Amino acid sequence: MTRQSLHIDWTACDGRGLCTELLGPLLVRDEWGYPRAAGYGSDVPIPSSFVAEARDAVALCPRLALTLQEVRAPARS
Amino acid sequence: MSTVEMTIPRAAVVPPAGVNRLFAAGAADLASHLARFGPAPLGIAPGQLLGELEASGLDGRGGAGFATWRKLVAARTSAGPTAYSAPVVIANGAEGEPMSAKDEILLRHAPHLVLDGLLLAAAVTGAREVHLYSGPVQLASVRRAIAERTDARGVILDEAPDYFVSGEASAVVSAIETGLAIPRDRRVRLAVSGLGGRPTVVSNVETLAHVALVARFGAAWFRSVGTDDSPGTRLLTISGDGVDRKVIEATGGLPLAEALGAVGLDTSRLRAVLVGGYHGAWVPASDLWVRLSSRDLEPYGARPGAGILVALGDQHCGLAASVGIARYLAGQSARQCGPCVNGLPAMAEVLARVAAGGGSARLPDEVRRLAGVVTGRGACRHPDGTARFVLSTLEVFEADVRAHLAGYCEVTRS
Ligand code: SF4
Ligand code: SF4
Repeated sequence: MTRQSLHIDWTACDGRGLCTELLGPLLVRDEWGYPRAAGYGSDVPIPSSFVAEARDAVALCPRLALTLQEVRAPARS
Repeated sequence: MSTVEMTIPRAAVVPPAGVNRLFAAGAADLASHLARFGPAPLGIAPGQLLGELEASGLDGRGGAGFATWRKLVAARTSAGPTAYSAPVVIANGAEGEPMSAKDEILLRHAPHLVLDGLLLAAAVTGAREVHLYSGPVQLASVRRAIAERTDARGVILDEAPDYFVSGEASAVVSAIETGLAIPRDRRVRLAVSGLGGRPTVVSNVETLAHVALVARFGAAWFRSVGTDDSPGTRLLTISGDGVDRKVIEATGGLPLAEALGAVGLDTSRLRAVLVGGYHGAWVPASDLWVRLSSRDLEPYGARPGAGILVALGDQHCGLAASVGIARYLAGQSARQCGPCVNGLPAMAEVLARVAAGGGSARLPDEVRRLAGVVTGRGACRHPDGTARFVLSTLEVFEADVRAHLAGYCEVTRS
């Protein structure tokens, strides 16, 4: 089974918080409304019990700010 | 003579001895450059150059300090078979950090060395497109240099705007693609998919100048000065306490006190030194024996990075100075990412309340909490760098924080 990770594109996210409704308490809203997972930044590991909700969040995010990816090395250069 | 030596045209050139390497030609023109360094060994086998770069330990001089050879290998191995999938190499001379001037000085005084390094990086990665991105003054110097030689005509020059994040790697790619130098969300590394989806290397201009020297004189020569974990030389921009942005070439791993002394700073009258620029960290004046190496600087949360040292004289309050920097950084957010746009100003203002004095003893913890909230939550590392700087401020000026909260400033005696 591959591990999934939810990537947040901060340049797109407007912080309305639909994803936090679906993925709470994994994702909570910070004081400005932006999704936050304790201990993680732009890439949030998704436990298998949350994968269905994560898929919904990706599909329903009004800003197309979310993507679900298989866990690999950090996506930076 | 071995075949390896025969493939490198070393002519009668004597490798520079001592620390005067990058500016050893003495002038910016091609004749001086060739007389001192000889022609760039553009025919060098890629494997040989990559091997020398790996052995040299050359790291990126733009701030992140990533191993140069790894970056080149990553782009080379991501290359596809067509021109549309061939790598792109971009020399980054944007230097958005206001306390840095070394890339500008380098491009004005040794543009041919940077061009040599850029062409070598292009050859070693199989790049079909080569850019140099920098401010207008620097580009004028590079343009003159290109006109003097025939092998650099294909280098595309791109003007960089002058703001803090304009030199961030994805902002560089974005600037060249769209004219807007703002960082982008990245799910894959630029080395895999960057400019126009092609494997892209964004390399600092000083790094490339060192590549040009390592290609000529080899890894052993590179390591003949400096320390084990900070080999070779490194450009430093030193400012503060009466010194206005002086650029020197220093041996790697130089103790901070020696670097500061080299530009005439009186180290007995300092409060602290900001190492690595505004995204860096403070080192207190009691610790100026610390060397400019990753190992020595790690406990402070700093890195040699782009070689920026800002000295704070003991007549200044470290907290007040830090508030100015934190506010500046908050204003330099590219205004794209919620946590950065909202969090950095909030963090700067709570720090300002600490400095203003007489506030709640909980304020420093609130600064720390906000630093945690913004870290890792942006398309670029501007929030991370700003948080690191602010956390370093609370730690190094801890005594001042306590004094200010008690309503007293030890420096201004108010
Ligand atoms: S649903 Fe999309 S736009 Fe809304 S807060 Fe979540 S990531 Fe941001
Ligand atoms: S993290 Fe801040 S500086 Fe970086 S892209 Fe986002 S808004 Fe701009």
